[in-house]
Amino acid sequence: MKIVKINEDNCIYCHLCEVACVVEHSQSKDIIKAFKREEKPTARCGVEFNYPLSLSVMCRHCDDAPCMEACQNGAMHRDDRGYVVVNEDKCVGCWMCVMACPYGVIKRDTRRDVWGLSTKCDSCPDRDVPACVEACPNNALMFEEI
Amino acid sequence: MKWMKNLKTYTPPAFTVIRDDYRCIRCKACVEQCSFDATFYDEEENRVWNWDANCVSCNRCAAICPTEAITIEKRDYSYRRNYSWESHIDSLKKRAIFGGTPVVSMGNDKPYKIYWDHILLNASQVTNPSIDPLREPMELKTFLGKKPHNIEIGDDALKTILSPQLEIDIPIMFAAMSYGALSYNVVEALGRAAREMGTFYNSGEGGLNKDHYKFKGNIIVQVASGRFGVHKPYLDVGSAIEIKIGQGAKPGIGGHLPGEKVTETISETRMMPQGSDAISPAPHHDVYSIEDLRQLIYALKEATEYTKPVIVKIAAVHNVAAIASGVARAGADILCIDGFKGGTGASPQVIRDNVGLPIEFALAVVDERLRNEGIRQDVSIVASGGIRNSMDAVKAIALGADAVYIGTAALLAIGCTMCQQCHTGKCAWGITTQDPHLSKRVNPDIASERLINLLKVWALEIKETMGAMGINSIESLRGNRLNLRGIDLTDREMEILGILPAGE
Repeated sequence: MKIVKINEDNCIYCHLCEVACVVEHSQSKDIIKAFKREEKPTARCGVEFNYPLSLSVMCRHCDDAPCMEACQNGAMHRDDRGYVVVNEDKCVGCWMCVMACPYGVIKRDTRRDVWGLSTKCDSCPDRDVPACVEACPNNALMFEEI
Repeated sequence: MKWMKNLKTYTPPAFTVIRDDYRCIRCKACVEQCSFDATFYDEEENRVWNWDANCVSCNRCAAICPTEAITIEKRDYSYRRNYSWESHIDSLKKRAIFGGTPVVSMGNDKPYKIYWDHILLNASQVTNPSIDPLREPMELKTFLGKKPHNIEIGDDALKTILSPQLEIDIPIMFAAMSYGALSYNVVEALGRAAREMGTFYNSGEGGLNKDHYKFKGNIIVQVASGRFGVHKPYLDVGSAIEIKIGQGAKPGIGGHLPGEKVTETISETRMMPQGSDAISPAPHHDVYSIEDLRQLIYALKEATEYTKPVIVKIAAVHNVAAIASGVARAGADILCIDGFKGGTGASPQVIRDNVGLPIEFALAVVDERLRNEGIRQDVSIVASGGIRNSMDAVKAIALGADAVYIGTAALLAIGCTMCQQCHTGKCAWGITTQDPHLSKRVNPDIASERLINLLKVWALEIKETMGAMGINSIESLRGNRLNLRGIDLTDREMEILGILPAGE
């Protein structure tokens, strides 16, 4: 299974991973429309900064995922590719997964129709390489086998 | 009050940042990338804005913007047109306001004639067939160092003892750029590229970080007037030792590393206090004559047991030929001549823009002089300062150089946009900065790959041109001025360059 590997030595704090994530998870997949016309989806990666360190953090798809343990109704599950993803139909927005995640990478979706549900990195099911990795200008994110 | 101009310190901005509001998605990538405090975001107004006075046109924001919303324009002078004064009004005011001479970086940017662009190369037709470098072997390997006047062979072996030589696979090396001027990652990338391509990078005058001793075999170490970081292990790790007498961008001026860039690791490498300006003296205080230079050359040779060639780097100045002759006679193995288009990390503007000679002339007269005196084989010549492309390198070699140094060209390959802010230490491309957050912007993996690509492409281009001329070895191109013709040059200029006019 491939996972996004993070190299903090190369992160330049440009936030383009977040931009790419928003575009990828938007309806139109058009950067201008995603940000200015649609309801903007929440970026599933987030760039942390503490000078001079910066790094983008997204779901590690843990083997012993605490979010799956914490989920009371099976919304948080492992898909057939091996990635931990949310089933929005089952999610009730109790945010136990948000509490349980050791990396703080599960977020609350702010779009109106799914208001309050959990959202997290789904490792871009429609793409060979996740959008954040492709957008990173300095190879701080690499999609590699673990 | 942070973003309000004050007439007391006001000079009009040189650039305007124009942002297409339809395209701007307020992602703030440009805000984070601007290291010159020219871009900021106002939460209340949801506005990305620019303080044009701080913009240096490094183009980092325009390059990073995911929607291409940003263009940077040069502001035209709004002063009344005055041919002789208009470009001097602001620079005069700056001196008057700040009470200091402006320090600038990169090379001379004034519109002096570029002689490379007035020299044409030859090609073979019919009588001397051209060669296809993709099908036939082409030799670019070069040996730099003192060559013997004659050789003796006895007992089926060479009896003459040869001087130490610097072997390079391509006649292009990376010029002296110090760790301190450049960030750690850039030095790392230069070292890796030099190793991959079988050539050398030059440590510059700032010593060598202990991590970079691993590039032994691909380093030329420099000894300049400040003697920063010079000690026995440093001399030992170099494949050659370069004595820097002068630099093309600032002949007659010593090196200058602004205190902003002297961080803890730099101070450790240079063996000097943190945060203080690293100012090399203008002369070497032990070199006041050719005889003194000879002593220094032999002191360094003695220290390294005569195993390494010694390079002497001089700036191209008016009587460069006579100086080069002296340097050759002082015992240098390799002579580096640096033309006035060469770059610098910091130099007074008046010096950079007004002092020195074009490398084309300096190279031609030095080669001619050394040949006339019968000592051309005593030194190899490395041309540097304004080698912009592979054809400049070919023309330099045909004018008499053995190899060329590239500095600015190498930096351009890894992102530099020549905004001339190296001396500020705020390089937005992470190249000439010691800020640990900014210097991450150069990823040594990507940068070294780009440098390797550049050298490979240049090598192929050189081979193609040589093939067209019917030459299959760089040796046959060296000093081969018959393959050069001048165009749009005066008779006197062509006489100095030692080339014929086009058509003759």
